[in-house]
Amino acid sequence: MSAKTLYDKLWDSHLVQQRDDGSALIYIDLQLLHEVTSPQAFEGLRMAGRKPWRISSSLATPDHNVPTTKKERISGVEGIEDPVSKIQVTTLDDNCNEFGITEFNMKDIRQGIVHVVGPEQGATLPGMTVVCGDSHTSTHGAFGALAHGIGTSEVEHVLATQCLVQKKSRNMLVRVDGELSPWVSAKDVVLAIIGAIGTAGGTGYAIEFGGTGIQSLSMEGRMTVCNMAIEAGARVGLIAVDDTTIEYVKGRPYAPKGEHWDMAVEAWKDLVSDKDAQFDEVVVIKAEDIKPQVTWGTSPEMVIAIDEAIPRAEDQTDPVKKEGYARAWKYMGLEGKTTLADVTLDRVFIGSCTNSRIEDLRIAADVVKGRKVASSLKQAIVVPGSGLVKAQAEKEGLHHIFEEAGLEWREPGCSMCLAMNADKLGAGEHCASTSNRNFEGRQGFGGRTHLVSPAMAAAAAIAGHFIDVNELVKH
Amino acid sequence: MRPFTKHTGLAAPLDLANVDTDMIIPKQFLKSIKRTGFGKNLFDELRYQDEGQPDQPCEGRPLREEFVLNQPRYAGSSVLLARQNFGCGSSREHAPWALDDYGFRSVIAPSFADIFYNNCFKNGLLPIVLESEEVDQLFAEVSAKKGAQIVIDLEAQTVTSPSGTEFSFLVDNFRKHCLLNGLDDIGLTLQQEDSIRRYEEKRMNEAPWLFLSREH
Ligand code: SF4
Repeated sequence: MSAKTLYDKLWDSHLVQQRDDGSALIYIDLQLLHEVTSPQAFEGLRMAGRKPWRISSSLATPDHNVPTTKKERISGVEGIEDPVSKIQVTTLDDNCNEFGITEFNMKDIRQGIVHVVGPEQGATLPGMTVVCGDSHTSTHGAFGALAHGIGTSEVEHVLATQCLVQKKSRNMLVRVDGELSPWVSAKDVVLAIIGAIGTAGGTGYAIEFGGTGIQSLSMEGRMTVCNMAIEAGARVGLIAVDDTTIEYVKGRPYAPKGEHWDMAVEAWKDLVSDKDAQFDEVVVIKAEDIKPQVTWGTSPEMVIAIDEAIPRAEDQTDPVKKEGYARAWKYMGLEGKTTLADVTLDRVFIGSCTNSRIEDLRIAADVVKGRKVASSLKQAIVVPGSGLVKAQAEKEGLHHIFEEAGLEWREPGCSMCLAMNADKLGAGEHCASTSNRNFEGRQGFGGRTHLVSPAMAAAAAIAGHFIDVNELVKH
Repeated sequence: MRPFTKHTGLAAPLDLANVDTDMIIPKQFLKSIKRTGFGKNLFDELRYQDEGQPDQPCEGRPLREEFVLNQPRYAGSSVLLARQNFGCGSSREHAPWALDDYGFRSVIAPSFADIFYNNCFKNGLLPIVLESEEVDQLFAEVSAKKGAQIVIDLEAQTVTSPSGTEFSFLVDNFRKHCLLNGLDDIGLTLQQEDSIRRYEEKRMNEAPWLFLSREH
């Protein structure tokens, strides 16, 4: 038998049918559903008189536009002030009821961002295929699962047939060798990778992240890395299964138990790339070279280390890049600035499926503890990824630390990551954000997003501008 | 699904690389629970000076005159010429819905983002990848002459420029077959019901924990 990559193994074990033209039918083990990309899929099922193939494979929760203030949340769906958001959330509740799909609704403590909830419940398991109508589904690849973001038609297709039509991607290995420096986190690692290979660098590939710099990460950190595989152009990000993975999954509500658990663990041990497996592309990055990262522009690849000068359009030779840089400079209002420390911040957002897990919140709390948010900031918010993350953080007293420092403590949801609810940036405002996208208008019309790690966002909240968190904690 | 066979139409040149799905249809419009009606907000931020809201009529909103779709000569265009990495960003299928609802039948670019490319086929919209130089030539020809039309023949896999130059493009056979016949993916897959059941049986033996029903 020839050596296989992890991706090859996952692909082969889910192959239902190979077609002549290179496309294939792939069996899907878990579909996560949320309110934005599912209504049209359910509408399609109903219109065609179809039923879901296997309802136990689906798990739903509203996240994208649930409000995150206590005031609005206290009365559940009824409390949503925006009528359109309310319709979407209500529609998800109705559809799940009608089709018999398990849903953690707004009043359920297990509600949260799908990509936080799936792993937290043990619904996401190693060796699975996972899909969701959201491009950050790559997050689940952290468990050695084959996870794809899909469109609404595909959501409907998976509901109706339990399969997805896919073409196999090519294999890429991104290896991070060595040991990460203090305060350098998974977010900095993945931003540095995107900076190195570009937002189209992974197009057509499934990226496996490996090397000691990745293996040393917790599951939370691994999820952060895989989450942003899509920002590197790859639909799939993967990390091999090891003891860290198995420890994390053990005992979760939906994880296998007893005899099934032993069987599963045995099978999961094989979820690594074979030693002599061939990758179509290998990228190696030295962990020691990675410093805290901040994006300066309107694409995740427009990223620099905190101590670097903002790159200028006139220094670019590639005409497309030159134009893109010029546009980004203008949009981001960088004229007259040399480094990102010169940017005065208006808001800080700690949250999103990239960085809203308990570990992220602990790190941020560590940085702000005993300090005060800069008075020049209009707002700094912390939005936990799920009701359970929130409860855990409160048990540890993190909410008090945040509130004492002057950050708002919110209810779980996507929130300012995409500004579909009331949390958004005003035109021209700069935001240090732990989310994953800095496109024009992503966090609000005319808003200027800078992507950073939780530690860097927390440090920025205290300083009122970007600062190396290492500098801040020295004082 | 509406079949796509041969199409002749006016082409609009959108000279911007890395157009992401947020630009194609900004997120405030994603709250709809329907599949139609997104056309009037296609490229909303590039097209209008103000910030658009769902359910707001677009007649009378201040236009960005310079934007290609606002130029009278491109009114009624059905082919979009675009630059590299078109459709990057979020997986929202509202992007092809919006392009389709506006009246576009095809987008031609040197490269597309994967998910967007896939989503187009599922919605009767044909994404065509041509060489950079070929796309350059189409941009030049379309901009040079008012009312310039492009001919797309899916069967023959060709694009014919206004001056008559023919370019061929690649398309996956299966997708081509579905698009030509307007076949819906789900119906096609359900023809394989037996294979799916067989797979499930085999898998249930190997990995029974994947098939447990969920306790609420
Ligand atoms: S947090 Fe942001 S990126 Fe993640 S699922 Fe929500 S909207 Fe998408």
